[in-house]
Amino acid sequence: MKLFGVHLPMMSSLLIWAVLWEIVGQLELTMLLPPLSSIIDKMIDIVPTASFMIALGETGRAFLVGTSAAIVIGVPVGILMGQSVLIDRLLLPWVNMFLSAPLTALVPVLMILFGIGEQTVIITTTLFAIWIIVLNARAGVKQISPSLVEMANCFGASWWQSFSKIYVWAALPEILAGVRIGFIRAVKGVIIGQLLVSIVGFGRLFELYSANFLMEHFWALLLVLFFFAFLMAEGLAALERRVSYYASNR
Amino acid sequence: MNLAEKISPVNDTSAVETPAVSVKGISKVYPGGVQALDNMTLDFPKGELISLLGPSGCGKTTLLKIIAGLIPATSGEVLVNDKPVTRPGNDRAFVFQDFALMPWATVMRNTAFGLELRGMDKSEREAIAEKYIKDVGLSGFEHSYPHELSGGMRQRVGLARALSMDADVLLMDEPFSAVDEQTRRKFQEDLIRLVEVEKKTFIFVTHSIEEAVYVSDKIALLLPRPSRVSEIIRPDICRELGPDAMRRDSAYLDTVEQIWSSLRSYVE
Ligand SMILES: Nc1ncnc2c1ncn2[C@@H]1O[C@H](COP(=O)(O)OP(=O)(O)OP(=O)(O)O)[C@@H](O)[C@H]1O
Ligand SMILES: [Mg+2]
Repeated sequence: MKLFGVHLPMMSSLLIWAVLWEIVGQLELTMLLPPLSSIIDKMIDIVPTASFMIALGETGRAFLVGTSAAIVIGVPVGILMGQSVLIDRLLLPWVNMFLSAPLTALVPVLMILFGIGEQTVIITTTLFAIWIIVLNARAGVKQISPSLVEMANCFGASWWQSFSKIYVWAALPEILAGVRIGFIRAVKGVIIGQLLVSIVGFGRLFELYSANFLMEHFWALLLVLFFFAFLMAEGLAALERRVSYYASNR
Repeated sequence: MNLAEKISPVNDTSAVETPAVSVKGISKVYPGGVQALDNMTLDFPKGELISLLGPSGCGKTTLLKIIAGLIPATSGEVLVNDKPVTRPGNDRAFVFQDFALMPWATVMRNTAFGLELRGMDKSEREAIAEKYIKDVGLSGFEHSYPHELSGGMRQRVGLARALSMDADVLLMDEPFSAVDEQTRRKFQEDLIRLVEVEKKTFIFVTHSIEEAVYVSDKIALLLPRPSRVSEIIRPDICRELGPDAMRRDSAYLDTVEQIWSSLRSYVE
């Protein structure tokens, strides 16, 4: 972005919003929105506390396990759907349905099935992330040039060889894009799961803060979460750019 | 008929030795109902380059894929070194019209890919690939990626990959159609040289009559779909003349003319 001939760094628009937030906060219009500076003060306070660290650990673990499961299951399923018309016909309606379904409504059912605890949170996370990963892997496989697949067959590739040496790589740009969106959805999933289960991780803290009107705490926690989500999305986007050189000429 | 000797497709005089590839009564009907090949019979003698020439959509690619074992024939059989073809094998290697290179892999890895699939270890397969990369004139580009190469160079990688498999039969589907005319001529000369040194059987699909006459030991003219062999032509040309003189040679021009008049009746 350029303004009056000066090159502005990427995030400079955020700065404007931060200043605006500070002003509105200082005006004390509503207790729901404390000034940004006091939120950041609070952040520095609460981040090192034990309860925060435990919550971070729990959330991080649920997130990692949930998203790993989404990738490990979602990518192969998506690739299989792209390869086989039969599997595609069988699964596509379900994938599309779950992609747009209000998954939050499913969490109480999951709680009955898997108990009120970490397991439910992990499964919720997976459920939020997996569908877009499946769909993107499928789309990635659909655009592979048939001659690349024929090439592998022709040179005697086994099923596993063409899967791991051709399909995964040829579909990688789409797979990574799916994983990035899936991760963003998984952040939602892990927090919604924890909020509804409400005895683990950030969900418990959110419950605690909002029930006691600790708005500074609440916002501080939210900002930390934004920060993590942002870092992750940027990291994956960087990875995507590294493979984009061949996305156009597969 | 002394310029180009006509041979009937079945009683091929040179087929004393067992042919490298023998196509026996192959028919192919695609699932949609399109009949691409109809009872085609054709022998490919060892060590020769045979071109398949015919109108677009007549089933040349289909025949090549059946020989490669990529798709099954509806009826008939293909023998390679007297063994029936059921699936792809080490005795055949394919050069693709659109190169079919892995864009995420270097020239080296692409060239060695067939050997990698065979499970050969890295240093061994890269030594072999290195030799063929040099043979096709790509030394110095081992670590380049396909998108950094021109079309002609990419096809050289495709060729090096096929050659490194050390297969008896090379199947080439319009390998030079995506490269410019100068590169194409260079390729044609390289190909003639390859046929001489490599002692392999080349089955070469092309659209270009001139190209076919220039590089082939034999040309199989195919009928429009459903395809059969209409005639086999042995261009009686003298390659010693050198490429430019040869293209002006009357035997060459007459053969081109003869094929053109055979094909013209279908095109119209
Ligand atoms: N997978 C397929 N399913 C159905 N029909 C097909 C398939 N592949 C090819 N065909 C049909 O079979 C016929 C022969 O196709 P093929 O690709 O073998 O022709 P070709 O001689 O290689 O043509 P070209 O010179 O244009 O490459 C065509 O009419 C084509 O439409
Ligand atoms: Mg073709």
